[in-house]
Amino acid sequence: MEITQFLLAAQSADANIRNEAEANLRQLQQQNLPGFLLSLSVELVNNEKPTESRRLAGIMLKNSLDAKDATTKEDLAKQWLAIDISYKSQVKDLLLRTLASPVPEARHTSAQVIAKIASIEIPQKQWPDLIRSLLNNMTQQDSLAALKQATLETLGYVCEEISHQDLVQDEVNAVLTAVVQGMNLAEHSAEVRLAATRALYNALDFALTNFQNEMERNYIMKVVCETAKSKEVEIRQAAFECLVSIASTYYEVLEPYMQTLFELTSNAVKGDEEAVALQAVEFWSSICDEEIELQEFENPETGDSDSPNYHFIEKARSSLVPMLLETLLKQEEDQDQDDSIWNISMAGGTCLGLVARTVGDEVVPLVMPFVEANIVKSDWRCREAATYAFGSVLEGPTIDKLAPLVHAGFDFLLNAMRDENNHVKDTTAWTLSRIFELLHCPATGFSVISPENLQRILTVLLESIKDAPNVAEKVCGAIYYLAQGYEDAGPSSSLLSPYLTSIIAELLRAADRTDVGGSKLRSAAYETLNEVVRCSNITETSQIIAELLPAIMGRLGQTLELQIVSSDDREKQGDLQASLCGVLQVIIQKFSSTDATKSFILQTADQIMVLFLRVFACRSSTVHEEAMLAIGALAYATGPEFAKYMPEFYQYLQMGLQNSEEYQVCAITVGVVGDVCRALDDKVLPFCDGIMSLLLNALSNSQLNRSVKPPILSCFGDIALAIGVHFEKYVPHALQMMQEAAKACAQLDMEDEELIDYGNQLRSSIFEAYSGILQGFKSARAEVMMPYAQHLLQFIELIFKDNHRDENVTKAAVAVMGDLADALGPNTKLLFKDSSFCNDFMSECLRSDDEQLKETAGWTQGMINRVLVS
Amino acid sequence: MAPHDLRRPFKRPAISDQQRRRELSLQRQSQNRRDAQQQARCLASSVLSLQSQYPDPVPELEIEPESQPQQEAGPLTKDLDIRQASKLRGPEVRKWFASQLMLPEWMIDVPDRLSHDWYVFARPAGKRCMVVSSNGTTVSRERNGSILHHFPSALPSGARTKDPSGSAQSYCILDCIFHELDQTYYVIDMVCWRGYSLYDCTAEFRFFWLNSKLAETGACDAPSHYHKFRFSTVPVYDCDQRGLYSAYIESVPYAKDGLLFYNKHAHYQTGNTPLALVWKDEKCSQYVIDTDSKGQVLSQQQIIGAKPELRQLVVLELQEDGKLSTSDDPPVIFGCLDGEFIQKSGLQSGSLLKFAIGNGGLSFVDGKLEKSDLNYLGKSNRARMFADSYSKTDFGFMSPAEMLRESICPCELYVSICLDKVIFQYMVRHTPLKFDDLLASVSPSDDEENKPCDVEMVD
Repeated sequence: MEITQFLLAAQSADANIRNEAEANLRQLQQQNLPGFLLSLSVELVNNEKPTESRRLAGIMLKNSLDAKDATTKEDLAKQWLAIDISYKSQVKDLLLRTLASPVPEARHTSAQVIAKIASIEIPQKQWPDLIRSLLNNMTQQDSLAALKQATLETLGYVCEEISHQDLVQDEVNAVLTAVVQGMNLAEHSAEVRLAATRALYNALDFALTNFQNEMERNYIMKVVCETAKSKEVEIRQAAFECLVSIASTYYEVLEPYMQTLFELTSNAVKGDEEAVALQAVEFWSSICDEEIELQEFENPETGDSDSPNYHFIEKARSSLVPMLLETLLKQEEDQDQDDSIWNISMAGGTCLGLVARTVGDEVVPLVMPFVEANIVKSDWRCREAATYAFGSVLEGPTIDKLAPLVHAGFDFLLNAMRDENNHVKDTTAWTLSRIFELLHCPATGFSVISPENLQRILTVLLESIKDAPNVAEKVCGAIYYLAQGYEDAGPSSSLLSPYLTSIIAELLRAADRTDVGGSKLRSAAYETLNEVVRCSNITETSQIIAELLPAIMGRLGQTLELQIVSSDDREKQGDLQASLCGVLQVIIQKFSSTDATKSFILQTADQIMVLFLRVFACRSSTVHEEAMLAIGALAYATGPEFAKYMPEFYQYLQMGLQNSEEYQVCAITVGVVGDVCRALDDKVLPFCDGIMSLLLNALSNSQLNRSVKPPILSCFGDIALAIGVHFEKYVPHALQMMQEAAKACAQLDMEDEELIDYGNQLRSSIFEAYSGILQGFKSARAEVMMPYAQHLLQFIELIFKDNHRDENVTKAAVAVMGDLADALGPNTKLLFKDSSFCNDFMSECLRSDDEQLKETAGWTQGMINRVLVS
Repeated sequence: MAPHDLRRPFKRPAISDQQRRRELSLQRQSQNRRDAQQQARCLASSVLSLQSQYPDPVPELEIEPESQPQQEAGPLTKDLDIRQASKLRGPEVRKWFASQLMLPEWMIDVPDRLSHDWYVFARPAGKRCMVVSSNGTTVSRERNGSILHHFPSALPSGARTKDPSGSAQSYCILDCIFHELDQTYYVIDMVCWRGYSLYDCTAEFRFFWLNSKLAETGACDAPSHYHKFRFSTVPVYDCDQRGLYSAYIESVPYAKDGLLFYNKHAHYQTGNTPLALVWKDEKCSQYVIDTDSKGQVLSQQQIIGAKPELRQLVVLELQEDGKLSTSDDPPVIFGCLDGEFIQKSGLQSGSLLKFAIGNGGLSFVDGKLEKSDLNYLGKSNRARMFADSYSKTDFGFMSPAEMLRESICPCELYVSICLDKVIFQYMVRHTPLKFDDLLASVSPSDDEENKPCDVEMVD
């Protein structure tokens, strides 16, 4: 059959053959999709066919049913449902038969494809036989282990794809029974038990009802705990993964099992293979996560919350903490050199940090003896473990508890930056950065740093930044938090000023190092530089930053001269430009914050802009995100002067607005349009036709990430406010979009917290757009908005009655009501008279504790009264 | 499941502040958007920040070299918006504030529909000033922009108290007259209240807002530690017969200085506006006619052969073509100097020259000035003027008497160079508009005429 040839050719090493085969396959797909899918399933089921063609057939089937992008996924589902039922049942039948194939890969692919079809059809009640057929595979005496294994895998995937509400409870029970029985040691081979345990992991959410029933829960827990002691390490690991998931999903029913679980996990941590031990530690980390979250939602006065907090960590702490401390001594050599390493000592330290956040002060006496005993030992592992333990418990306990310890240990830590061992220095620098992050906040009056020890601290840090790249990177972190503490710290912020020149010099030197290998030292150095600039006391340091500006511009200029041969070179150039544009953005923003320093930017704006434009020109099709961000800041700083850059810059603005794939870039560009509007006012007019049509396109583009859409609507308001009456020609289109967006708000699923947030953003943005347009038209042509007034008021009323609305929405809604009355005046008298909700809304706002809201409401009230008495 | 993807950042927090930069940018942008919209709604609060941080360097005017070209003194135009104004410093601040008051024109004839569309109230005698409260302090600035008082008040954000309502946004701008005798600020108009602009509101609304809001702050209470001066509203009447009579005759706690008429529908417009009018006679003002330092009236009768300072004076600007103009917009040409005279006297265009209106007086055809008889008195004494704080057309009368008067009623001083003042003063001396004429114009019979309301809203 020809499809086999195409499938094989499509994997050929020869690009010509490959392209031709792909084109042929695409043609088959387009000409006759049902027939194409059927022949793919025929290929997959046929054990005579080569594995390679069967593999690709499976992948193509899967891709015809599922996609990452939500909209595409929806389209594919519709496409499948539209196919003639006779084709569909043949495909499904072939897939179920493939589960019995002797080739593991074919079984696995088939299991995935079945789950995808199930996710489309089962919610629509279109595949009622699926569960029965699968369960049948499990109960047939003569079923081969391979079929059982594939069936369990399929059941797991299906459970993961659908909700237990899509099935009747009897089916759910039968599925879980089949899975849990599959874990039974006596009856099944290791292959089947592993598949069953993994299936259970996927089915845990599915088992909601069963976990509420004590008898069923006891049974499931018993089987999982037994499986966690299987002799096959993979099965033990899978069972522990189930326990981790159970810890977060079913925390509230765990109490009766905790003694067992503690023994199970502590044995695993102490003696099992690392893969299993990691899961055992993860179990406790998950319990910490749950209890930290419960504490956050607890009523601080009564200690009550809706869900009970069993304080498992507090109860287990005296055994749990020593167990975790032991893991810290199991470091690997070179673990700090490789970013991807994750081992038991790291997991243990992480869990210890979570325990500290869960129990607070109580962790300190459990940890300090370990720290004191190990920190002076000659084995580097002991010194590193002691430092790591100390660093791990810095968040959670009170300042009163920690401050004396940190004061006492400070000198020791600073000396340890000269330890002979790289790991010890790495962890020490990290611990210092944690100290500065958590215990250095002059703005609130507490800091472990005094004017007296600051000099010594900086001497050590600026010396250690020359150490190995991994240590230097951690030192950057320490400087980062050290500087951050002085942000908005009043007079204390002066303390760092005398050191600023040398800090900047050392950070630049670190960024220039060529011995960094795979480490992120360069970007860490630049980003620390940003924080140092951002947090500096501008009046004292403007001269120093003014000198930094040309240095950074010079570096950015050099990136333009780099030899670009490979795509790797291109990527490195882009990263470096990103860092440097980031620094420029921070400097521009810092200097624009005071009138005295703004001139530094204005004097250099031309050169800066030329550099940004050249950075843009380095790429042909995409715009540089960081340069775009920095240009927004520049437009804000230069104001109307920015007009002269527009002819050159406009093309990149267009490019950014069209970049729907890198939606962050698109979002940032939309923000920059707002900056440009505010900077140029009506001078932005010549560019508005182009900008508006791109914005309207982006709004109607279903592929564009939805998070970009609210900013676009707000941007309408920015444009309208800038160009006033000239916005009139865009009104029909813009208002149509705004009304559609308003409609879309009403259709969002209000059970989903993310969608609630999104809905609120959308609403605020719609109101901001109306406000900008109304205020823009106020002095002339306000009547253009009259036809939309009623719709707007109805929308506000809807929002008023919606209990999901957040504060920003409320503020924007109240403001836009005032804008409506302000701009349209007596014309709106009848509308406001008929809108009885206004009074209730106003009185709600006027009663608010939020002064800003109250003032806005007061103003709006005045505007409405004015209209009503007119 | 890959738990370590979640856990890893603990020991190795990649210091990536790219997201932070994005968020800070977004924050800045949405703040800027709020500001821009807020500013469209009302005055930017930033303008208020300039009041206290740059204390007035007391008269730096004298040190201003006279030769400095006046153009330099002001890129400042009446179009200067608040955003730009907020960036001004020192003397420029004063200049800006100097152009922010709404200034009534002199009532030369009675507007239509006076009884329907107008309010009337007795103008308190005293210093016209703009009172701004923000950031825990209150500053009053006179007509010329210089600071009169810097004090704590019970106005919103007017004092450093623990008042929970005193957010940074919560500033106020009031149009006041400071009445020396009882040390009270009489609020005649409300420009901004708790951060919200009333510029674009009708007088009707502004007065309603003023009367409902001012008292509730305690600003009308007797002075105390955190409230140095009392504020008070003035009784405002509908301009019907009764209201007009009340404003004219009824006693008020302050010395009257004429009557002010405000069109109910007019917005607060800075500078001169025909929608606010001032009228005076001897009964309701001691300042009806320009007097000299001894209070002597500068009258037409005395002009003949009298001392120059007793004549009606007018200060005019010399244009490049030798024409003499007022500060009105567009300027009204009063006359012309010949080139030879200009050269001989060493006058430069832009100079402000002082004239007395001569025996020929002013003659009007169809309401337009057709002829004026001017006697040149000399250059204005710039050293005694706020040379650097006024744009060049804003100079006032410069007779010594006027300089004294300035502290008493700076408002009229300013208006004096505008045509309506010249005409009003001229008419007072010749055919004054009498109170009876006003009363007659609002008589019930007039009401029945029911003239169509065609008052155009001013933006």
